[in-house]
Amino acid sequence: MRRLSAKQLTWQIVLYALLIVLAVIYIYPFLIQVATSFKTDEDAATSGITLIPEVWTFAAYERLFRNSDFPSWFVNSAIVTIFVTLGRVFFNSLAGYALARLRFRGRGVVFAALIAVMSVPTVVLLIPKFLVINQLGIFNSYAGMILPLLVDAAGVFIMKNFFESIPESVEEQARIDGAGTFRIFWSVVLPMATPALVTIIILSFQGSWNELSHFIVSTNDPALTTLTKGVASLASGQLSQGTQYPLKLAAALIMTIPVAVMFFVFQRRIMNSTEGAVKE
Amino acid sequence: MAVKAAPRRGGASGLRRGEAAAGWLFTAPVIAILGVFLLIPVLMALWVSVSDWAGRGSPLSGSVSFVGADNFAAVLGDGGLATKDFGTALRNNTWYVLLVVPLQTALALFLAVLVNRAMLRGRGFFRTAYYFPSVTSTVAITVLWTFLFTASGAVNDVLSWFGINGPNWFNDPRGILHLALGTIGVDTGPASLTEGGALGVSWWEWLAGPSVAMSAYILMAVFTTSGTFMLIFLAGLQNLGADVDEAAMMDGANGWQRFWRITLPQLRPTLFTVLTLGLIGCWQVFDQIYTGTRGAPSKTTLTPAYLSYQTAFQNQEWGQGAAIAFILFVIIVVFTLLQRWVLRDRPVSKRRIRAYESPSKGASS
Repeated sequence: MRRLSAKQLTWQIVLYALLIVLAVIYIYPFLIQVATSFKTDEDAATSGITLIPEVWTFAAYERLFRNSDFPSWFVNSAIVTIFVTLGRVFFNSLAGYALARLRFRGRGVVFAALIAVMSVPTVVLLIPKFLVINQLGIFNSYAGMILPLLVDAAGVFIMKNFFESIPESVEEQARIDGAGTFRIFWSVVLPMATPALVTIIILSFQGSWNELSHFIVSTNDPALTTLTKGVASLASGQLSQGTQYPLKLAAALIMTIPVAVMFFVFQRRIMNSTEGAVKE
Repeated sequence: MAVKAAPRRGGASGLRRGEAAAGWLFTAPVIAILGVFLLIPVLMALWVSVSDWAGRGSPLSGSVSFVGADNFAAVLGDGGLATKDFGTALRNNTWYVLLVVPLQTALALFLAVLVNRAMLRGRGFFRTAYYFPSVTSTVAITVLWTFLFTASGAVNDVLSWFGINGPNWFNDPRGILHLALGTIGVDTGPASLTEGGALGVSWWEWLAGPSVAMSAYILMAVFTTSGTFMLIFLAGLQNLGADVDEAAMMDGANGWQRFWRITLPQLRPTLFTVLTLGLIGCWQVFDQIYTGTRGAPSKTTLTPAYLSYQTAFQNQEWGQGAAIAFILFVIIVVFTLLQRWVLRDRPVSKRRIRAYESPSKGASS
């Protein structure tokens, strides 16, 4: 091993100390969250920072799963997330392929419109979306929750960029063999697009699982409450008395698990493919 | 790759017959959904913002009438409660932007530089640790944050180790600049500041700074977004060639100089992306307010986005709510353009060019 001078060694120690302190600051809150979810209400209120509960209790989890609507919130979130993710994978890649490869009059206009759409901030759309959902008679329905999220302009953009990066020769061969446009897209091009599709899956899964505002404006039926909306109502104390932090933190923790699992499964991809995920 | 300029059009060639139809068919779902749930809504909301619709029936029915700019005037001009609320929300969010954008950008860049070192043990671990908060939903983080920042919570525990008596964060409406002035004995503003004002809020209140409650949200935003932006900076750093940096090293520039003079200027496009995304995101504070304080205490965590929601959905003032949303839209667009202009690529000045030429040449000319 390379010998370090005293000065370099000091620098190394300072650097690692800094990195570790920062890592503790970023991770410790989540450890507190896990620990507190196993504490009693009184214990949680007085010993906010300690990681070992005085008395271990599963009371928070029991209440969540036995005496609350939490399971139904979870199911609703899962339904929406699955449909939105499938929809985005299919429709975004279909449109991305058309914009990258198919020549048709109006393609430039469609593309320009997409770019314009991407620049509209979502919170500005809260009232507008409610108006249309209400007008169409799909307020308080899965249709109203899912349809508006089913495609996203940024995803089309990512797919278009990817399709433009793969050589056209493969498709030409299939075309000469007499395959139709959809067949070429489905059996030749799409299988080659796995990396971009994974990006779309990650983004749509995270996006729809963590979505809150759209569900606030598209439903008010308790049976259609999603996790985000349900946990938010828990947090602002509408359903519970007192502070009940173990209960709230347990709910927030369970809500985080699916996206955390997703993150650790695709960690490599996420950490290395940011250029694909965030486009200017 | 640029759009192909080939003269062939759909139908012109035998092999490419039906391509135009396929093109429209393939893009139809995206066009239809974005049209119905984005374009039409915006047009409908534009109508609502100039109408007196009160939430009953369809806004397109005959009983709803056109009221011109009344809703915008109520929010921006007449000095009533709607104006005061909007002014307060704008004040709160402006401070939020002023603090969050520079802090998150600087921290993200700092983290990226730290974990970009080639000879770093546990590089993957550190990157994961700093990025993880970005994965979680705003709702989940807000729940955690309200627990960490209670009067007897973890944050105040840590502060007490340093002998600091922490505030009751989310219940404290005092502005932090007012608090700072209070420590040097200034408790009331001069008449020149307390008498005048804008949007129903006195200048003295505009200058209060974010409330203690809002500061907790500011820290939360920095905590959750720095990881995402760190990844963007990392991607930017990895695209930089090592040759310029090495050349500077040969010329005897130290690490500090190399960062400011070589690395940072080359990162300008990445910096632009991060600042733009940060700025756009910071004007859209909604989820955390809805989950957490709902504007309390004393309206110091009210934001235009939340106010727009509250005005329309809770107070049934749909016209005003829509008006606030459009004003917010304009603010975001203006800020983005302003920033694009500030960070534009300027032609290098003569003085700069001379500085880059070798000193001997510069002296002889």
